[in-house]
Amino acid sequence: MISGFNFAYLDEQTKRSIRRSLLKAVAIPGHQIPFSSREMPMSYGWGTGGIQVTAAVIGQTDVLKVIDQGADDTTNAVNIRRFFQKVCGVETTEQTTAATLIQTRHRIPETPLQAGQIIVYQVPIPEPLRWIESSEVETRKMHALADYGSMYVKLYEDITHYGHIATAYDYPVMVHGRYMMRPSPIPRFDNPKMHLSPALQLFGAGREKRIYAVPPYTSVKSLDFEDHPFAVEKWERICEFCGSTDSFLDEVVVSDQGDRLWICSDTDYCHQRSLSQNLSPQSS
Amino acid sequence: MIPLLSVQNLCKSYGAIMACDRISFDLYPGQVLGIIGESGSGKSTLLQGIAGQLPLDQGQLLYWDGQGQVLDLRTIRESHRRILMRTEWGFVQQNPRDGLRMDVTAGANIGERLMNVGDRHYGKIRTTAAEWLDQVEIPGDRIDGLPSNFSGGMQQRLQLARVLVTQPRLVLMDEPTGGLDVSVQAKLLDLIRSLVRTLHLSVILVTHDIGVVRLLAHRLMVMQNGQVVEQGLTDQVLDDPHHPYTQQLVSATLTP
Amino acid sequence: MAYVAVKGGETAIQNAETLLKAWRRGDPQVPELTLDQITQQLSLGVNRVMCEGSLYDPELAALAIKQSWGDLVEAIFLLRAYRTTLPRFYNSQPLDTQQMNLQRRISAIFKDVPGGQALGATYDYVHRLLDFKLMAESEAPVALEAEPNRAAMPHVMELLRQEGLIQSVAEKSVEKLARKSAGESAGESAEKFAENAVEAAQESVEKATEKAVKATQGSVERATEDTVKATEDIEETTGETIKDTPEPAVEEADRQPFDLTRQPLSLPAERDARLQNLSRADEGFLLGMAYSTQRGYGNNHPFAGEIRVGQVEVLIAPEELGFEVAIAEISITEVQMVNQFKGNKVQPPQFTQGYGLTLGYNERKAMSMALVDRALQAKELGEAVANPAQDEEFVLSHSDNVEAQGFVQHLKLPHYIDFQAELNLVRQLRQTGREETVDDTVEPTRAETKNGTRNKTMDEARNENEE
Repeated sequence: MISGFNFAYLDEQTKRSIRRSLLKAVAIPGHQIPFSSREMPMSYGWGTGGIQVTAAVIGQTDVLKVIDQGADDTTNAVNIRRFFQKVCGVETTEQTTAATLIQTRHRIPETPLQAGQIIVYQVPIPEPLRWIESSEVETRKMHALADYGSMYVKLYEDITHYGHIATAYDYPVMVHGRYMMRPSPIPRFDNPKMHLSPALQLFGAGREKRIYAVPPYTSVKSLDFEDHPFAVEKWERICEFCGSTDSFLDEVVVSDQGDRLWICSDTDYCHQRSLSQNLSPQSS
Repeated sequence: MIPLLSVQNLCKSYGAIMACDRISFDLYPGQVLGIIGESGSGKSTLLQGIAGQLPLDQGQLLYWDGQGQVLDLRTIRESHRRILMRTEWGFVQQNPRDGLRMDVTAGANIGERLMNVGDRHYGKIRTTAAEWLDQVEIPGDRIDGLPSNFSGGMQQRLQLARVLVTQPRLVLMDEPTGGLDVSVQAKLLDLIRSLVRTLHLSVILVTHDIGVVRLLAHRLMVMQNGQVVEQGLTDQVLDDPHHPYTQQLVSATLTP
Repeated sequence: MAYVAVKGGETAIQNAETLLKAWRRGDPQVPELTLDQITQQLSLGVNRVMCEGSLYDPELAALAIKQSWGDLVEAIFLLRAYRTTLPRFYNSQPLDTQQMNLQRRISAIFKDVPGGQALGATYDYVHRLLDFKLMAESEAPVALEAEPNRAAMPHVMELLRQEGLIQSVAEKSVEKLARKSAGESAGESAEKFAENAVEAAQESVEKATEKAVKATQGSVERATEDTVKATEDIEETTGETIKDTPEPAVEEADRQPFDLTRQPLSLPAERDARLQNLSRADEGFLLGMAYSTQRGYGNNHPFAGEIRVGQVEVLIAPEELGFEVAIAEISITEVQMVNQFKGNKVQPPQFTQGYGLTLGYNERKAMSMALVDRALQAKELGEAVANPAQDEEFVLSHSDNVEAQGFVQHLKLPHYIDFQAELNLVRQLRQTGREETVDDTVEPTRAETKNGTRNKTMDEARNENEE
């Protein structure tokens, strides 16, 4: 741990003010709470919202896991983990089950989260209505009045043009039957994992200065029509390493001729599965 | 008889100019009220004030809703007002571009109000949209077409369908036939007249065109400089105008 | 096993940083830059970094420039990130720009003004010819300098105000607020000196943190139970708030200024929040916005009422002392633009003003700020908001270069999950399209054949697993 900075970089007052926003967010599931986001030593857009949320809740006994695209060893995940090691000196892990605090970008781990765990999402744009209405003044009104019909217009158009809803990631959800929320750019494959999750889910958007949350066991429903129900994508492939047939697979191009193979995006999940089957794991 | 809407002493000023000066009237179910006057007479301000689109200075606005409750429109919550505006009320804009989403299909334009009030069945929404296209005499195969590719008259008919799909009780219309060719106007007026009758609509219709009120309005209010200078049954007012301004208006457009 | 490029790794990051440091240093034969050289000889760069970094400290700004390889936006970012760690002890008094040690003062609206005009150090009338003599680096020019003028000098704008031709007093107090927050930025450099004390307190702070986190988690659980009720309450209030947002009845002058460094910007914004945002805004962005107003995208007929550059004292008034103490003298640029206003139904024709204030000598920026400030007053003055520079949400949301550079550059981060999801979708859409148009085409495409033969099918894989 380096000296010259407070535990978890932010001073205690700032951390407290972030925690106050977090409490508000937990009390109103899915509602965006403005918070006084600070400049962090990493760029806005690179996870500063998640980093500030993590910094506000992390304690010395926490065990931290950081993933980006599902993997623990992508540069950005490594970099954020390195930062918290530097400014907190807490224990870190790659194992989903061993972590008390998980910061993520773009994925929810395949291994189901447990009660007592906190997952922190990095959020680039928190406003689900942004592409429909660019004015924040107006979108705030729309949320307050649960005026969400225009979002369904977009879904209607998708079905009309393509036969189904054409949103692959950052697929909007209704939280607790009240607020429309962006789940951050996770693939819609991960949406069902948010529903009634035993873990506390916190969302931080640093550049946009918003925090929101889904408390444990809260309903999270992906938008759909009764006759066009929400569905997740399926692969007709299996993971090259662990043989998983039900995890989110990354497509890897392995030759100039365009040959491809498919592997689990969640490296820890893949690793654990490989170990249990005595296969050679991908993160070796 | 209980009115649908009661307006008492409504005032709205812009600085020193009184755009609406103590306006009062009652509107009864099934009635079409025409408001006529030249630009700047305050008729559009009045319509926007009733629709809650601009803050009023004083006066009372009461509405008897579908459940038979009296609502004070100046004090109900914005959420309640928005629900009213998309269920029991409708607003038809002069320029269909202001009333339609030009970049989504005709089907979605009609379906939006249904989705706003919670309809979540794509198939049913689409069927209802198709029925309304038929009602307003737009060919069913245009359901997936964009309004920007429609003619002016068709756009205006689409706007009517978009507003009427939730079967509103009160429709506010701001120069609905303005900007259309005479022949197209006539067709649209016919359509509006038959819809008003079959759907038992109450309408407040703002226009500067005496022909339009003669054809559609049961009652008529004549406005000048923010004040109502004359009101009564349409035929009565037009056949026997008392106020000099009304007389001038009628004589200027004497030929039917 | 095939090659799988998922390894990023700590080593790569460390190597990149080492390489960057080496390149930044350049040829070791060339003497290393000193911070003094940067503060003295690249002083306008230092000023820009202090201004947009919103921390008045020439030495740290010079360090940031050195560390950032001369990339000023990167240097601004460094300074901002450092600023985050500084606690705040006092709020300063509003800067009194009448009591300014003036180095430069010009007015374009009166030929002569009380107190006189002074050109000061400016490129304005210098022929922009490359000076090849500078290549020899032996220059030590001596300049004639007037005695610093410490006398109070009223603003040119006062002359118009006395005649009642300029906007109301309420507006003036808002500007005071803006100056006040500029003073606060400066105040924070004083906070550095308290660092030692903070360090000593750190140990106990850490203990407190643990407790605090525990406490938070406890209350999070409790809060969850009350969630439903709270949600309802909030909806009530949200609805109420929207229904009637009365004009704040608080006296403008008594209102605490908005603090952009401690509060999230919320829209619509008051003028104090706007001015703070503009004062930290990217110079290039503001310049472009300001220029657009002059070219007809929201023209408001500006005149440079007064531009002053010089030093002012930053005063704090600690309650425990009961009197004012000067903690620093900082250099600033202040611009007041005069704009024509034709009047509306409630206001007679008069002049309005745009205000610009920057830390350091940043004249181009301060002028741009004043033009954009005026453009953003469109909504208060009842002018049509029809152009980008008048659109508060557009300007304020995109003016900060620390935010902008981060988000633009985050596209370098891996996005292969999003892309994979999108790829699957596009394939699915094409599939659906094909099925609909060519119902029973037997012939598979080339790609399909290749994938089909090369990759294991689900069934094969299951068989292998069973083996």
